[in-house]
Amino acid sequence: MPLTPVLTTRWGADKSWRLSTYESMEGYAALRTALSMAPDELVTMVKDSGLRGRGGAGFPTGMKWSFIPQPKPGEEPSGPAAMPKYLVVNADEGEPGTCKDLPLMMADPHSLIEGVIISAYAIRSHFAVIYVRGEAVHAHRRLVNAVGEAYAAGYLGSDILGSGYDLELVVHAGAGAYICGEETALLDSLEGYRGQPRLKPPFPAVAGLYGAPTVINNVETLASVPFVVRGGAEWFKAFGPEKSPGPKIYSLSGRVVRPGQYEAPMGTTMRELLEMAGGVRPGHELKFWTPGGSSTPYFTAEHLDVPLDFDSVAAAGSMLGTTALMVFDETDSIVEATLRFTEFYAHESCGKCTPCREGTYWLVQILDRIAHGRGTAQDLDILIDTCDNILGRSFCALGDGATSCITSSLKYFKDDYVALLPSEEQARLGRSLRLEPVGAAS
Amino acid sequence: MSALPGSPEAAATTGLDDSPVQPAPADLPPLTDQTRLEAREIIARYPQARSALLPMLHLVQSYQGYVSPEGVALCAEELRLTKAEVGAVATFYTMYKRRPTGRHLVSVCTNTLCSVLGGQRIMDALSADLGVHHDETAADGSITLEHAECLAACDYAPVVTVDYEFYDQQDVAGARELVAALRRGEKPLPTRGAPLTDFRGISRQLAGFSQYGDAAAARDAIDAPGALEPTLAGLRLAVERGESAPAMPTGTPSEPADAGEPRETVRPSGRTGETPGEEAADARVAAADNPAERAGAAQAHPDKGAEYGRGRPPGGLDQQGTDTPAGTEPGTSGQGPGKA
Repeated sequence: MPLTPVLTTRWGADKSWRLSTYESMEGYAALRTALSMAPDELVTMVKDSGLRGRGGAGFPTGMKWSFIPQPKPGEEPSGPAAMPKYLVVNADEGEPGTCKDLPLMMADPHSLIEGVIISAYAIRSHFAVIYVRGEAVHAHRRLVNAVGEAYAAGYLGSDILGSGYDLELVVHAGAGAYICGEETALLDSLEGYRGQPRLKPPFPAVAGLYGAPTVINNVETLASVPFVVRGGAEWFKAFGPEKSPGPKIYSLSGRVVRPGQYEAPMGTTMRELLEMAGGVRPGHELKFWTPGGSSTPYFTAEHLDVPLDFDSVAAAGSMLGTTALMVFDETDSIVEATLRFTEFYAHESCGKCTPCREGTYWLVQILDRIAHGRGTAQDLDILIDTCDNILGRSFCALGDGATSCITSSLKYFKDDYVALLPSEEQARLGRSLRLEPVGAAS
Repeated sequence: MSALPGSPEAAATTGLDDSPVQPAPADLPPLTDQTRLEAREIIARYPQARSALLPMLHLVQSYQGYVSPEGVALCAEELRLTKAEVGAVATFYTMYKRRPTGRHLVSVCTNTLCSVLGGQRIMDALSADLGVHHDETAADGSITLEHAECLAACDYAPVVTVDYEFYDQQDVAGARELVAALRRGEKPLPTRGAPLTDFRGISRQLAGFSQYGDAAAARDAIDAPGALEPTLAGLRLAVERGESAPAMPTGTPSEPADAGEPRETVRPSGRTGETPGEEAADARVAAADNPAERAGAAQAHPDKGAEYGRGRPPGGLDQQGTDTPAGTEPGTSGQGPGKA
């Protein structure tokens, strides 16, 4: 696959974050087109484009929009259809390895804002919020500035471009909590509470922000929308596989020669991306990598040719996640890496549900003693059991994600764990090591 | 956030210490009528008042450098909440500080990737230089040091932030010099981000107000660098290789903005199905070069939420797993609890 800059096209332009630059590069052209269309036409167009959510879950964006209850023609609206609709942008990028939304918001904030306006128009929302991670201060600063520019130019506020459509857009800074990237925790946080996930159903499409119908979309998803509108659904589908098409920002980091952001069609392989990034650092070999952040099961050198799209990665035993490709070589300890990720989950567990709160705590204790040469013959079994009791039993996907690095590292690098056990414990391993599949029990 | 008992941050994050907020130091600047007016300005941005609580807590920190008892009371009064309700929120989030901070907040990413590339060594060195551990302030009040979770700058790893502005691709020597300069009262420019003011200044921005006194400084902050080599790596390579996205049917191809370099019409490698954007028809061919698709369940991911079906990583332990030898340099990353 070739490189296909679309979302990243403007990033190298002089003062790319300014409205004048954006307008000189087709900026807000899609908005004019969109405002001449009926909202339902836009929903259909995005559905037809095959755009799937770029925040990790890969849910079809147009379908998500279509779940928003709308008043039926000729009927007095009631229930959720009669309530205000909200569009919330999940800009709380914090999944370890993920670093695509921050550069996008810094380099091209108007593309997100244009996507927000079009999307809000499509779902008939008049109030939208960009919930941006608090630590992302430069992105926040440029977003706030860009929103101000957009208001001054008539792209936001009342009667946008004379269309009669009104939209208010607020940039809201978070305060440092990974869990707020989980969409219902984000809503609680945005309502001024501790960021803890909500039970679903009801889904946010019916009862979201302030109990009203709400769409929550990722930054990259919304920034793709103006391109869908400009190029059309068929053009968008020309990138990558039919069931998860579109340009995608792949973020390569770690032991590669040229880490960075590489935009290519969905379905590009790690082998191709590694070649673009100059390969693994000279003299070293790829050992393990994540296809989509720390919550996605590790891949190894055997997975270099897996097409990186939602379905292919799932079929290969991991998840596309946020296409955050962290690359580790043979000098990196899989156990140390896994311990460090697990400490992250233990720190970020919100405490609401027991499996995640207690489970991540114990996983750290066990991994820590293994990593420091104090593991026992039973510890690998205990790790598996503990993961088994978290996966599928925790309240939200944070707990599930916490098990990914442990179960996948045991799957591919069991010997690395065993080698860290004291020799007498290794001798006791015998047949006691339980090796049945972790996922099967749940 | 549940911290581990015995970990340095346990007292600060579990609420197990005696009070959710520390008593105010004697020299703390008071909250003023102006603070209250600004709090009301924040409230007016939202359909429901309580949504203003997070920005209001940033506002409190912009005046006092931490979430003070006085600040909790102000938020409670303005939002008609109890102080306990405000305290419950303030203690949940990492960016709200429970003790007075130094002039600057230095955060060192020690999550896996940065740590592997030297983040933990940087944290250890700064900790030794400043004589403090995580979430503690140097005796001279210049700096509060913390280890941070992933800062979404992995392509610039290892990263350090000062008042959340990026100092990218750091090493131990560079980070030590940065901190020494900050202690001398200097403000070295970030590699990405605005010229520093201080922790209170950036808190003011996060509350939704400008931290700068004049428009020129605000403009300079917005125009400060934000995209260096890693951000532009793919874009530049595309220009170099003459690769681009398929042209849009309306005749407005996506042109890489990194102009000034000649674009080739044929990729050097000569691979088929990969043509520049000028020829929409040929671009369709590129689309035909699709990988095979496979069915898969809807996936879940915490960065997004598992809204429409929870993901179950289908993998499992496999006795036929690879026989990769144990890590040859297990200690290279310098990772492990107790060092933070």
